[in-house]
Amino acid sequence: MAKGVMIVAEQRDGALRKISFELASTARKLADQSGDEVSAILLGAGIEGLAAELGKYGVDKVFVGDNAALEPYVTEAHAAVTAQIVKDNDPAIVLFGASVQGKDLSGRVAAKLAGGLATDCTDVKLDGGNLVAIRPMYAGKCFGEVVFNSAPAMASLRPNVFPAAENAKAGAVTKVDVAVDAPKSKVLEVQKDTSGKVDLTEANVIVSGGRGMKGPEGYAILEELADVLKGTVGASRAAVDAGWRPQKDQVGQTGKVVSPNLYIACGISGAIQHLAGMSSSKCIVAINKDAEAPIFTKADYGVVDDLFKVVPELTAVCKKLVA
Amino acid sequence: MNIIACVKQVPDTEAQIKVKADGSGIEEGQIKWVMNPYDEFGVEEALKLKEKNGGDVTIVCVGPARAMETIRTALAMGADKGVHICDPAFDNADAFVTANALAAVIKTLPHDIIFCGQRAIDDDSGQVGSMLAEALGLPQLTLVTKLEFAGSSVKVIRPIEGAQLSIETALPAVVTCQKGLNEPRYASLPGIMKAKKKPVDVKNAAAVGIATDAKAKVAKTVPPPARPPGKIICGDEPAQKAAELGKLLREEAKAI
Ligand SMILES: Cc1cc2nc3c(=O)[nH]c(=O)nc-3n(C[C@H](O)[C@H](O)[C@H](O)COP(=O)(O)OP(=O)(O)OC[C@H]3O[C@@H](n4cnc5c(N)ncnc54)[C@H](O)[C@@H]3O)c2cc1C
Ligand SMILES: Nc1ncnc2c1ncn2[C@@H]1O[C@H](COP(=O)(O)O)[C@@H](O)[C@H]1O
Repeated sequence: MAKGVMIVAEQRDGALRKISFELASTARKLADQSGDEVSAILLGAGIEGLAAELGKYGVDKVFVGDNAALEPYVTEAHAAVTAQIVKDNDPAIVLFGASVQGKDLSGRVAAKLAGGLATDCTDVKLDGGNLVAIRPMYAGKCFGEVVFNSAPAMASLRPNVFPAAENAKAGAVTKVDVAVDAPKSKVLEVQKDTSGKVDLTEANVIVSGGRGMKGPEGYAILEELADVLKGTVGASRAAVDAGWRPQKDQVGQTGKVVSPNLYIACGISGAIQHLAGMSSSKCIVAINKDAEAPIFTKADYGVVDDLFKVVPELTAVCKKLVA
Repeated sequence: MNIIACVKQVPDTEAQIKVKADGSGIEEGQIKWVMNPYDEFGVEEALKLKEKNGGDVTIVCVGPARAMETIRTALAMGADKGVHICDPAFDNADAFVTANALAAVIKTLPHDIIFCGQRAIDDDSGQVGSMLAEALGLPQLTLVTKLEFAGSSVKVIRPIEGAQLSIETALPAVVTCQKGLNEPRYASLPGIMKAKKKPVDVKNAAAVGIATDAKAKVAKTVPPPARPPGKIICGDEPAQKAAELGKLLREEAKAI
């Protein structure tokens, strides 16, 4: 019978990504309720050494597929090996990250296994030993509780929502023989973002600016605040469409869905499509000169004033606080 | 070229979503239905490819009778024909069932490239593209923001966290689209007139011939958790407000 919780870990350039620890900790919590094992799938080339790190976060056993064909990530190769490891080990639950890679992989693996998948979940729990996955739908305007008619039950977890906690376990390594057909896709080039900033979907702090920034120069004060808080700058669609910020910075229904600890919205009115992308943030601050702006209905803290006056003051205050 | 674009009809982004009292779903009464915004990028890219390379664009949609309007919108933008998979058996379809239904139909059509949206903004699941690619045994390119066609292959740009990948894939392939790829056109008035005469093949579940039991099922729909009411920070001067905000973020919210 299907048993245990398996995670599909994610690494890039020889380092585990934060989502892998979030997955491991969540899997540990679920497995402890039923006294089961947590296993992990880790694929790439020259990555065997990373398995021990997963052990630190509650993983009992790591299946390592170490092969040049698995680096860099290519969907077909990773999906084939992942599905095979799942089949061979028959876990009851499989957890993926709802990162770009996890989203790309999970659907493909679920289709191979003819199993049900709930994506971008913000909570998971057991009900009578069965997985129930809770996920925002309609851009967070309601939530669905998903149950599964197939084994394994599969879910992908929204980055930054589930806590990662150290919990040392064996992390014993089992090497897996990898046989992959030559994939039809090939990565030609990886162009790294040189800003040194974490991606919005992984940022703990986001300072976002909208049309109220008046132009691209306006963002300098947001960059300063973000630097002090070790955060990343985001934008509304109005700012992106005006060409002030790149597409990758857009938060919202047709941009990124983010869940930072702290989201500071500056000169953003809070249109429903913007809220769609940031309402799962833990603490929301709005700085807007219009007291009627809808963003204030979502904000934990609101400042009604000119952002060009408030933001530099806030930066000065934060500098002292974090010093 | 034979180009397929999958489109789904979804509530308008402005729609208020009300959960039914028994948690069995949402109230559909007041909703205005539109083409999924990400599918507009797919239709646009399909039309651009056709304009450059010749060929034919087929729209495929799984949805109730009202979804015909969305298929007509795609035809009015310039697509040539449509297939409407319409049967109450698909009312509770999950991504797996939807992808299999789309695949069953697409297998019967010539196809060089298939476009999907990166996700549908109703279920927000973002699975159908990958599941469709698997069902068809084709490579997939997800979350694409740029596409170049080179005869028997395509080269795309795919942003990932902190980087951009350039990937090449042999055709046929499934591509899922996101904002940045193009600017979808509006249907013109002559386009709308012409669309009325374009052929749409309506298929029921028997004609599609796949199992329709969902593997993952939304057992209950609930309103979002309520957020405690926020605080408006008072003060005479911006500096005072900033100081108060900083203090609250540090001491109360523990966010900095
Ligand atoms: C299909 C669809 C998808 C969409 N997807 C997205 C999406 O993904 N993300 C997104 O953001 N939007 C999206 N939108 C657009 C959305 O509807 C809004 O148009 C957009 O979010 C508005 O951006 P904004 O808040 O920056 O601008 P505005 O609505 O113009 O608001 C600017 C705000 O700045 C304030 N302000 C101006 N000057 C100052 C100052 N000196 N100090 C303080 N405050 C000031 C004003 O009071 C105002 O509230 C989408 C729309 C559609 C139809
Ligand atoms: N019922 C449907 N009919 C046609 N295409 C669909 C349907 N559902 C999903 N799709 C396609 O798959 C994409 C992703 O949908 P989803 O996985 O539901 O978020 C959409 O943007 C569509 O292109």
